[in-house]
Amino acid sequence: MLQFILRRVFYMIPTLFVISLVSFAIIQLPPGDYLTSLVASMAATGETVDRAALAALEQRYGLGQPVYVQYWKWISGILLHGDFGQSFEWNQPVSTLLWGRLALTFMISLFTLFFTWIVAFPIGIFSAVRQYSWGDYVATIIGYVGLAIPNFLIALILMYVAFKFFNQSVGGLFSPEYQDAAWDWAKLWDLFKHLWIPVVIIGTAGTAGLIRIMRANLLDELHKPYVVTARAKGLSEERLLLKYPVRVALNPFVSTVGWTLPALVSGEAIVSIVLSLPTTGPLLLRALMSQDMYLAGSFIMLLSTLTVIGTLLSDVLLAWLDPRIRLTQ
Amino acid sequence: MTTEVQPVSRENKQTGRPIEPVQPEHALQDSESRVYVASQYTLMWRKFRKHRLAMFGGIVTIAIYLVVIFAEFLAPFPSSAFSSQYTYAPPQPLHLFDETPDGMRFAPYVNGYKVEIDPVALRRTFVVDPEEKIPVSFFTRGTPYKMWWLFKSDIHLVGPIEYDADPDRIKIPVYLLGADRLGRDVLSRMIYGTRISMTIGLVGVALSFLLGITLGGISGYYGGGLDNIIQRAIEFLRSIPTIPLWMGLAAALPSSWSPLQVFFGITIILSLIGWTGLARVVRGRFLALRTEDFVMSARLDGNSEFRTIMVHMVPSFFSHIIASLTLSIPGMILAETSLSFLGLGLRSPVVSWGVLLQEAQNIRSVATAPWLLVPGLAVVVAVLALNFLGDGLRDAADPYGR
Amino acid sequence: MAGETLLELKNLKTQFFTDDGVVRAVDGVSFEMKRGETLCVVGESGCGKSVTARSILQIVDYPGRVVEGQILFHRQRQEEGKSEVNEIIDLAALDPRSRAIRDVRGKDISMIFQEPMTSLSPIHTIGDQIIEAIRLHLPVSKEEAEARAVELLRRVGIPRPGDRLNAYTFQLSGGMRQRAMIAMSLSCNPSLLIADEPTTALDVTTQAQILDLMRELKDEFGMSIMLITHDLGVVAEMADDVVVMYLGTVAEKGDVDSIFHDPKHPYTQALLRSIPKLGLRAQGIRLDSIRGMVPDPYNRPGGCPYHTRCDDFMPGLCDKITPPPIEMGEERLVRCLLYGDQKAMADQTQQTVKVR
Repeated sequence: MLQFILRRVFYMIPTLFVISLVSFAIIQLPPGDYLTSLVASMAATGETVDRAALAALEQRYGLGQPVYVQYWKWISGILLHGDFGQSFEWNQPVSTLLWGRLALTFMISLFTLFFTWIVAFPIGIFSAVRQYSWGDYVATIIGYVGLAIPNFLIALILMYVAFKFFNQSVGGLFSPEYQDAAWDWAKLWDLFKHLWIPVVIIGTAGTAGLIRIMRANLLDELHKPYVVTARAKGLSEERLLLKYPVRVALNPFVSTVGWTLPALVSGEAIVSIVLSLPTTGPLLLRALMSQDMYLAGSFIMLLSTLTVIGTLLSDVLLAWLDPRIRLTQ
Repeated sequence: MTTEVQPVSRENKQTGRPIEPVQPEHALQDSESRVYVASQYTLMWRKFRKHRLAMFGGIVTIAIYLVVIFAEFLAPFPSSAFSSQYTYAPPQPLHLFDETPDGMRFAPYVNGYKVEIDPVALRRTFVVDPEEKIPVSFFTRGTPYKMWWLFKSDIHLVGPIEYDADPDRIKIPVYLLGADRLGRDVLSRMIYGTRISMTIGLVGVALSFLLGITLGGISGYYGGGLDNIIQRAIEFLRSIPTIPLWMGLAAALPSSWSPLQVFFGITIILSLIGWTGLARVVRGRFLALRTEDFVMSARLDGNSEFRTIMVHMVPSFFSHIIASLTLSIPGMILAETSLSFLGLGLRSPVVSWGVLLQEAQNIRSVATAPWLLVPGLAVVVAVLALNFLGDGLRDAADPYGR
Repeated sequence: MAGETLLELKNLKTQFFTDDGVVRAVDGVSFEMKRGETLCVVGESGCGKSVTARSILQIVDYPGRVVEGQILFHRQRQEEGKSEVNEIIDLAALDPRSRAIRDVRGKDISMIFQEPMTSLSPIHTIGDQIIEAIRLHLPVSKEEAEARAVELLRRVGIPRPGDRLNAYTFQLSGGMRQRAMIAMSLSCNPSLLIADEPTTALDVTTQAQILDLMRELKDEFGMSIMLITHDLGVVAEMADDVVVMYLGTVAEKGDVDSIFHDPKHPYTQALLRSIPKLGLRAQGIRLDSIRGMVPDPYNRPGGCPYHTRCDDFMPGLCDKITPPPIEMGEERLVRCLLYGDQKAMADQTQQTVKVR
């Protein structure tokens, strides 16, 4: 098992390297470099440009030097000093802007993951066991519709309904009085009161997809010979169902974390923009719009990295659940 | 059993019925022989037709693509025609019959607007004025256009009888689905948006298809090191959240690009990430087929590798590919819609569903003009229809399955 | 004990209700099994032999179900403080989900299947699955059940049974898996073991070992075996009695010697002709095969189901009359119009035509 985990971690390294390359490319893609933008923005606000500071920055980022030198300076800054560069729009180091929002993003994504599981698992089982029943049709239709509505549209409609009929705003994660307050239990409770709205919105598509997967997996398993064997032993249908086919169908279900997690993080980004949540989405959009590329690039890199780590965790969980993976590799 | 060919009149001694000489002698039951001799495509079509949702999805999909083709004819106004007079005008219901001196007659009309000033918000609001009638007509003359850049015409499916040929203005208000912030007709814009959104789906899928079948094919057919590299690439692309990446790449498109360049830029970005699913399907099929006897015998017969792949392998999983293609169009549409909605995708004056929904981005405009969300309905209908169709195709692609 | 009736099937009908119509997989099957005997049910694939076996335990897959007939099982029960009680239960009358049928499954009648790889759960250990079967029916502690499982594994010839308890199916060879499967089926001393093509998926040497093992265990555990197979070699080696099935009906039954040496039904004759024999090729004789295919299950031929492929087909008779079971001596039965009074039957047809 330990060997398995080590190997997976080892496999992850090239992926992370490529992620850093892509993020760096995104930073580099817009015409002009960071300094030019900085000078332009300082000139626009009427600040005087400090030549010495400029030279220091040029040295710091290796500007004007070959691309690989710039990449090395950038990535080593991150790895060795946790220095993600400077956001010129906010005039702050990227790292101070990053972590709080990233934490909220992943909290929402994880909650959504649990939400989708809790909802999809029983419905999927029901749908498969009572195939072609009323409940199955309803679940299937909800599933299709859930997949077809873009996240942001659900968010918009929900906002409209809340505004029009309840005269309430559903945006944000905190009530105004807690907005800038320090963390305490009251603030945490306030957060949870707001959290369910984005969780449900982001979870819709994922839940729909998972119901379909659980249903299909279980339908495959329900007619396997080992189920007949278990039935021939004299097990009751309920015990049999939970012990054998559901348990076997759980494995591909767990392995879907590998792609639901990226989808959830994606969904979170766009929904939080609509609902103006204080997470990565709005800040990333703003950074991209104003070409604040160190901030944008860092966000993309960290979102991807954390997703890859999440996928790794789900792989480990899967190996723990499934002896075929654990023992044959 | 003898197999000599005899005249048609030869009878089966067991059933006494005349049989075709080519039929095996143990005269299959009728229905049975229909199953045995039906071609693969006949079987697929039969299985597909049983799938009612898929049939429905197929019909809706065809209807949507008809809208794509005949957008100029179907839209009452050009997509950019505006009117400073009727900003955020609500939808006018279309009445088909009118009270005339001779009784109820077919005389379509819409009601005009009355302007009221909201005393609190100090805003103009429109209410439909039941007194005023604006006569409209079907197959009527309107703004001239050039169909498919080829034929000049000015016939529109529906429009006001009195019209103004100025392509930039709407003088006579006929807003069947309401007007937006600039007094543009939401219905017309949605129809033109259909063209762009559905095309981007097709073009994007075509590009993904090229990438997917090439890389997936190489991966599955040759295996080994190349396969490994391509698989790692696929895993990589699937393990990162797409929307932030799309956002980053889309934001990097130069702002100096023309709308057409942006269109292709966005399509390429979408398909760069979207090809992985197809590549997986293709690779899986190749792996399964590589060891099949008919592929081996094709190779031993001296077929070139290219010929083996194109003539012997691809046709046997072509139907699966078609199904996967259909199922990946919705993803493209949703992705384009999301990006454009965020303002990172297509830009005005190009009109797509996402660009239209951008108008509805803040709660204030949605609250004043909820009809701005109607293009969202188009997205949902299109995605649903394509999903139904794709699922039906996928089931039918395996006609021998259960 | 031997010679007593253990199981009687009377006019059993099992049908599958599919979208395309009703498949009459088992269409009026009757036969009897004695205690301690081995009965082989033979036939081509699709003849309903597996469905017959599954009908006995009421584990036919949806959309199939037993629609008619009786499955009388003579159960011996050791009741508390009393001597053995003999009771007869009609398994066909029990609800497939009921407690009563579940008490029979795995305890009085157990079953093993063709594919030992897929017939055991891939993600549970062998031990887990055997112990479950034991504890389901016997009031024993976990430790006792474990000890019994080890004992069973040893008995079926699995080396190092204590370690194997924690093994998963994919860690065992095909033969070992089938042995584990047999161990599981023996866990509650069943009086009947139904083996559905138990050796088909195994290679020839392993086949022989498994068959030997089953024969040994039969005597040791004092049980009867119903062996479902398409392999006439296996039948010759194992059977006391043979039931030949064709298209959901019993074509012929009798003891193994008379079936092999004096087959009556043209189908049985054809089956026997299609066994490869050594030396035939040198003599320039080609192996016989039964011409045609098994008819489409949705469109069963009228009259005798075999008439479309029969060499002795009699037009006007075989395609009109469903042959009744004709007794041919003791415990011997054939359903073919070649035997018995043809004229009487022809008259009978006339009548049935009139009645219609």
